[in-house]
Amino acid sequence: MKRILVGIKRVVDYNVRIRVKPDNTGVVTDGVKLSINPFDEIALEEALRLKERGAADEVVVVSIGPADVQAQLRTALAMGADRALLVATDAPVEPLDAAKLLLKLVEREQPFLVLLGKQAIDDDNNQTGQMLAALWDRPQATFASKVEIAGDALRVTREVDAGLETVEVDLPAVVTTDLRLNEPRYVKLPEIIKAKKKPLETLDPAALGVAPRERVKALRYEAPAVRSRGVRVKDVAELVAQLESRGLI
Amino acid sequence: MNKVLLIAEHDGRHLNPATAKTVSCAAALGDVEITIAVFGRDLAAVGAEAAALAGATRVQLFDDAGFAPPLAAVLAPAIAAQAPQYTHVFAPSTTFGKDLLPRVAALLDVPAVSDIMAVESPRRFRRPIYAGNAILTVEVADAPMVVGTVRTASFDAAPATGSAAVEAMGVSAPAVAHSRVVSQAEAQQGRPDLQTARRVVSGGRALGSAEKFQLVQQLADVLGAAVGASRAAVDAGFASSDLQVGQTGKIIAPELYIALGFSGASQHLTGIKDARTIVAINKDGEAPIFESADIGLVGDIFELVPQLQAALQSRASR
Ligand SMILES: Cc1cc2nc3c(=O)[nH]c(=O)nc-3n(C[C@H](O)[C@H](O)[C@H](O)COP(=O)(O)OP(=O)(O)OC[C@H]3O[C@@H](n4cnc5c(N)ncnc54)[C@H](O)[C@@H]3O)c2cc1C
Ligand SMILES: Nc1ncnc2c1ncn2[C@@H]1O[C@H](COP(=O)(O)O)[C@@H](O)[C@H]1O
Repeated sequence: MKRILVGIKRVVDYNVRIRVKPDNTGVVTDGVKLSINPFDEIALEEALRLKERGAADEVVVVSIGPADVQAQLRTALAMGADRALLVATDAPVEPLDAAKLLLKLVEREQPFLVLLGKQAIDDDNNQTGQMLAALWDRPQATFASKVEIAGDALRVTREVDAGLETVEVDLPAVVTTDLRLNEPRYVKLPEIIKAKKKPLETLDPAALGVAPRERVKALRYEAPAVRSRGVRVKDVAELVAQLESRGLI
Repeated sequence: MNKVLLIAEHDGRHLNPATAKTVSCAAALGDVEITIAVFGRDLAAVGAEAAALAGATRVQLFDDAGFAPPLAAVLAPAIAAQAPQYTHVFAPSTTFGKDLLPRVAALLDVPAVSDIMAVESPRRFRRPIYAGNAILTVEVADAPMVVGTVRTASFDAAPATGSAAVEAMGVSAPAVAHSRVVSQAEAQQGRPDLQTARRVVSGGRALGSAEKFQLVQQLADVLGAAVGASRAAVDAGFASSDLQVGQTGKIIAPELYIALGFSGASQHLTGIKDARTIVAINKDGEAPIFESADIGLVGDIFELVPQLQAALQSRASR
């Protein structure tokens, strides 16, 4: 069975206006919309396309998080994933432990490809894929904007600072997605109904032999500094005068 | 005493300016010895640039064809082998550093801290999260060492006034056959680099097409500025992906940032919050970008930008 494992992290939806709690212990998440991390939707879309092209037989989505992450996994199943794994834990899981848990699932599921997002838009860590690749001792291709199967290898175009780079990695490998890899499909209503019957297995981190712990303590959350109020100019002449007076031109 | 292993970024010819900024972050630890490790091939020129960075204690050259071009899967085990002699391993939070350091950290079984924007103590740092909508103070509590990437826009470059000793390390690259670089990105020539430019002119979705995006380039040329873009402009194919500024693009800190036709999404703003002066032109006076702009002008970019260009040109010829 040629299997792709896709990481699905639940995050605060990107449209939500983030507010820091008055006691600085976190950001407000009560009553806000939670969604699949946008990069993970892209990862899932790519996995589904590979399956549709015949390059894979099965797409398994996996999330590490509280029990109600089931909702996001059901959405992933409705998008087209075949089955879902939920590693249920209420504690926050740092990237190193997420990678360790993902490695356990990799050992169990034996995928030829693991597709993760390049970063989760809540913690903005951009670490988990690289850590998994290290622990698994397999190649990584991060920031992918194009993925092609070339025999037993994968040819990946990466969005790096200087532009686009192409790497070839032998399979199995870990690929992390960038924004322009694809545009995820919309979920259709009949798929949502069908997804209710797809298998979703819940696992316990301890049973997987990983005990997540807090290595990096989150001490204090603060709102970012606000810029002092700017000026409005009425035309280009005033704009040029402003730039001149500030020594910018 | 803090002992920092700092991974240099370079293109084989020159040190990337992100390295000098990372040195400043390392220096902020206080009571520190900074070793700059340069991996690659034929490193004399790059090594000399690294040795000139004020604050560097020594430069170590890891010269082996296996380290060029750099692959995280090759560099990470070599760095992890050196790491136990240090209290900190730092790299810039560029695509190079972000790709590499988490792999190093996992090999060492330690966590990584991404995008360090301020040093509070040798184990306590501030970093942006949620697209810069919150700033988190973290403490590396349960780990033998600190591995971190540095948000370079938050630090000034260390000046090139030093003269650190340079050592050749004679370490060969680990044999890794599973990953190969097919083609490397070529940095665009002839235009200032987006990450280090003092001035940046940037275009949003309002530009409407790749042809019209030339309006941005033309204004940039008049100012000797680099060009940036929003995700929307890149997704629509108006500009190349390396020009994207923001949460998932580049984080920059120019003296002047001119934003043409941007709404001001937080995912974009987090990339420019360290810009000294932000100028925004948008035809919608209510656009959120004006809350972050130091100088705002309401109007149509297709009318105003040619006027601005003409005004700057006539001023230059005065
Ligand atoms: C996971 C994720 C990551 C993201 N990362 C980034 C990132 O790194 N960088 C980034 O930029 N975005 C990022 N985004 C996208 C971001 O949310 C916004 O969608 C994007 O920044 C909007 O780009 P824009 O301002 O160019 O376009 P719009 O929001 O469409 O704004 C266009 C503006 O132009 C104005 N306008 C139109 N015509 C004219 C005219 N003729 N003259 C003057 N003004 C005019 C309009 O009034 C409007 O305000 C990300 C989104 C997600 C979900
Ligand atoms: N708790 C999690 N559950 C599932 N996947 C995760 C989890 N945390 C991280 N990932 C994956 O790793 C990627 C990068 O996350 P991060 O390193 O936290 O920025 C995400 O886009 C996911 O694909």
